[in-house]
Amino acid sequence: MSYSITEPSSRQKWFAGILVVGYALLTLLPLIWIIATGFKTPADAIAYPPKVIFTPSLEGYVNLFTSRSRVTPEDLAALGPPTTWYDAIVRQYDMVINGPSRYGERFMNSVIIGFGSTFLSVFLGTIAAYAFSRFKVPLKDDLLFFILSTRMMPPIAVAIPIFLMYRQLGLSDTHLGMILLYTAVNLSLSVWLLKGFIDEIPIEYEEAALIDGYTRFQAFYKVVLPQAATGIASTAIFCLIFSWNEYAFAVLLTSGEAQTAPPFIPTIIGSGGKDWPAVAAGATLFLMPIMIFTILLRKHLLRGITFGAVRK
Amino acid sequence: MSDHLIQRVASATPPRLARRIRGVSDRTIAWLFVTPTILLLLAVNIFPLIWTIRLSMTNFRTNRPNNPVEFVGLENYRKILSNPDTWASLQATAHFLISTIVLQVVLGFTLAYLINKKFRGNDLWTTLIVLPMMLSPAVVGNFWTFLYQPQIGLFNYFIEFLSGIDPASFSMIGDVSLAPWTIVLVDTWMWTPFVMLICLAGLRSIPPSIYEAAECDRASKWRQFWTITLPMALPFLMLAVLFRGIENFKMFDLVVQLTGGGPGATTQLTSIDLKREAFEKWRTGFASAYAVILFVTVFGLASIYVKALNKVKDR
Repeated sequence: MSYSITEPSSRQKWFAGILVVGYALLTLLPLIWIIATGFKTPADAIAYPPKVIFTPSLEGYVNLFTSRSRVTPEDLAALGPPTTWYDAIVRQYDMVINGPSRYGERFMNSVIIGFGSTFLSVFLGTIAAYAFSRFKVPLKDDLLFFILSTRMMPPIAVAIPIFLMYRQLGLSDTHLGMILLYTAVNLSLSVWLLKGFIDEIPIEYEEAALIDGYTRFQAFYKVVLPQAATGIASTAIFCLIFSWNEYAFAVLLTSGEAQTAPPFIPTIIGSGGKDWPAVAAGATLFLMPIMIFTILLRKHLLRGITFGAVRK
Repeated sequence: MSDHLIQRVASATPPRLARRIRGVSDRTIAWLFVTPTILLLLAVNIFPLIWTIRLSMTNFRTNRPNNPVEFVGLENYRKILSNPDTWASLQATAHFLISTIVLQVVLGFTLAYLINKKFRGNDLWTTLIVLPMMLSPAVVGNFWTFLYQPQIGLFNYFIEFLSGIDPASFSMIGDVSLAPWTIVLVDTWMWTPFVMLICLAGLRSIPPSIYEAAECDRASKWRQFWTITLPMALPFLMLAVLFRGIENFKMFDLVVQLTGGGPGATTQLTSIDLKREAFEKWRTGFASAYAVILFVTVFGLASIYVKALNKVKDR
């Protein structure tokens, strides 16, 4: 590399590097603590001073996935030796496993609602963005601003009429209702992000395709979509992250059937006080996919955040 | 058939005319592509907004559907604006907004400035710093209550480690004077990366040739910072403030999990207050009026701010 007078000196780089790494380690501490707490026993989790080194235990995960009840020592003795390793863990506390907890269901609800709404909002967003990017749509700027302004509403404010509307339509506490709602919320982001990506594709490609005898649909499908693939993928991840993390609508509009994990995880309690290892285990499993996504797809994601924000 | 004909005519005609001819059938496609989005947004955003405005002028209560619904005009609005609780929660929101924005801008800009020194591995560390903002605020906020436990919490232990204060002697969540700062701290932990990323985009948009010219003119680093770096990154910084402002005005999930508005009403932000009115006291009409007031406030403030932002951009 050629020498430049504006290139920071190596001493400056070291200094900057140390400060940034220090900040990063400090902010990662709570996340590391969540993961670590998931592998502690309840006693280790609430020890003072906080335990950095501990014997890992799967108790938190067992408690997360099972519902248990207390039995008398005599009954326990009558049951015979535990048949599985998780039975053995539970019996240390004079408990037996009654069945699975609701965590699995809630997690699946998050998956269904997250992927369903992501697919819909990216699909609708792509075609709308294409139309806004390529055609003369009457009142285009007003429509685009209207789409953007829907994001300024506090979720609780929107939730009041939606709550009433969904009750009448039978959509409250259903997967479909939540998918439609999250799609609507994500659409503004998805249209704006995708319009930016499609704007960058030279219009000449399509014109060439049209002259070659493609119809508009074919040109859109065979020329524009492949070109916009990375943009569509990173938009999809943003939509997925929003739906995955959303709490306000989920806590107000779902209670059983369609409840997602974010309102459920904080309600996990143990016998006698909060079962922090189980909460941490649930949080770890729930947060991990997003952390891995973020690290693997960092180039597209980080670009998407600034790109989306700066364009708006 | 006719499509094919149009294509042939189009390719033989001058481009301007061709575009117009093709545009005729394109119009159908345009409508086909835009309509579902507009319809969904109308159904889930505009229709509820109109309904909210209508409800806000009634005394409707969701938990008493059989009560006669009366039109009360602007009575709900008058009640809200003369209610000291409303002003208390607006004050809590203002404290939260201003503190988080100041902290996040200072920290975020500093981090972006340091990362822009392009030390080795800076992109990996940037990603790691960004992690908190990608995660579910409710789930993470809930876990922070564990970190904030007196005695056993990691945060209190950390404070003891730094300053020697007894970790059992203070409760970040239970203390009236500490709680407003507790939510500021967690929000800053979570959202500084966002401000950092926008600032980084701003810093990277400054062409190096400007600095080279400044070096040739023997401008000091300090002067370069104040006359080049800061002014040129300012529109980005202001944009970051706008987004954080709107988001934190709507803030609900993180704070409701952290403090639930307490102790007392010290961290009762407007969204939490609104949720109480709408979904705990079930005063639907009253809460609708509250929602309208909040929406008008955020929309109004954002519009004024955007005007100021455009002035800075044009300069």
